[in-house]
Amino acid sequence: MTPLVHRVVDRHVESDEVVTLAIAARDAGIDPPEPGQFNMLWSFGVGEAPISLAGIEGDVLLHSIRRVGAVTNTLCDLQVGDELGLRGPYGTGWSCNDLGSGDAVVVAGGLGLVPVRPLIDSLVDSGERRVVLLVGARTPEGLLYADDMDRWADSGVDVQTTVDVGTEGWRGNVGLVTMLVERAEFDASDTIAYVCGPEVMMRFAAVALVDRGVAAPSIELSLERNMHCAVGHCGHCQIGPHFVCKDGPVISWDRSEPLLRVRSL
Amino acid sequence: MQSISDLMAEAPLLDGMDQTSFDLLAGCAQNVHYGEDQLVLTEGGPADHFYLIRKGNVFVEVDLPGRGGVVLEALGPGDVLGVSWLIPPYKNTFDARAGGEVSAIRFDAVCIRTKCDADPALGYSMYQRFSGVIRQRLQSARIRLLDLYSLNVD
Repeated sequence: MTPLVHRVVDRHVESDEVVTLAIAARDAGIDPPEPGQFNMLWSFGVGEAPISLAGIEGDVLLHSIRRVGAVTNTLCDLQVGDELGLRGPYGTGWSCNDLGSGDAVVVAGGLGLVPVRPLIDSLVDSGERRVVLLVGARTPEGLLYADDMDRWADSGVDVQTTVDVGTEGWRGNVGLVTMLVERAEFDASDTIAYVCGPEVMMRFAAVALVDRGVAAPSIELSLERNMHCAVGHCGHCQIGPHFVCKDGPVISWDRSEPLLRVRSL
Repeated sequence: MQSISDLMAEAPLLDGMDQTSFDLLAGCAQNVHYGEDQLVLTEGGPADHFYLIRKGNVFVEVDLPGRGGVVLEALGPGDVLGVSWLIPPYKNTFDARAGGEVSAIRFDAVCIRTKCDADPALGYSMYQRFSGVIRQRLQSARIRLLDLYSLNVD
């Protein structure tokens, strides 16, 4: 539970709202996280926030952080050489080992591309499955990781993007990410799907995947709740019988649908 | 060379349609092509056709002063372009522009409306199928109004 001191070794501004920090342990580090897990990042004197893993490069952890409050603002403002606290890794990861053949469909909306970034790298590296990446954002400027999307496309990933609002000059897709699910080419009978984004988007995306014929247990969602302790003690992130920080954040659609259908849960 | 009926048989909108209705529609259809940036529908113009897109993308646009055409929705292969032909006063609501080379099946709306009036089974089938398209687009517009991604906090 004690945060370990880490240092920012690189910093990349993704957009007006999102900054990616590359972080390395000053002394002892944490165990290597799995794609889909998260860490608690501590801004000294301000507070902690759960931040999804965006990637691992050797001993360096990548975290993309969106400015939404005091903690995330100060984390985003950290510069190379600055220190922060980190504890983790926490939660469940995506199923991405020994998947066998078939298709992998990744559906991400907005900042939901962050937790699937290391997953996509893992799927590409394994080469076991054909990978389809469907990404939605509010505007073209809100599409994260443009360089990574080019890199994944060069590696054979079928990358498709869509935006809610087509700004001037945009000649790509405009519409919900569910539209891409309906159009994408994949063998639904042998597909594992990974969905991450705003909860409403995930619900509609999961339904669209089921409508295409993907089995509910083969659809994984990364849930988001108000996580504080990250170890299943405080109860802030409880959803039905589950603690999202411990039993999630990655939970299959057959287990999460009944819970997400309960109002105010 | 494929006949117009062969091309229509590939369109998801017409899945499961009875042969009599299908043949009636085929009599109002023709295969058409558009080049990049060519206007397919014009805002305020007569809604005298609808289209089933076979190849390429069509952008549904609205022209904003000082900003030019802003894309509201991108339609692709299998999608329906044009629903205003069903509802008086039969005027197009938005522009639609080819995003590149586009192939589509174009249906003469006056021809189909006349056949729907004469054959209620065809009319019911067409309204059912287009209701599904309208429902899907209404759902999409409503969800987009939520501005979901701005609520996606970390």
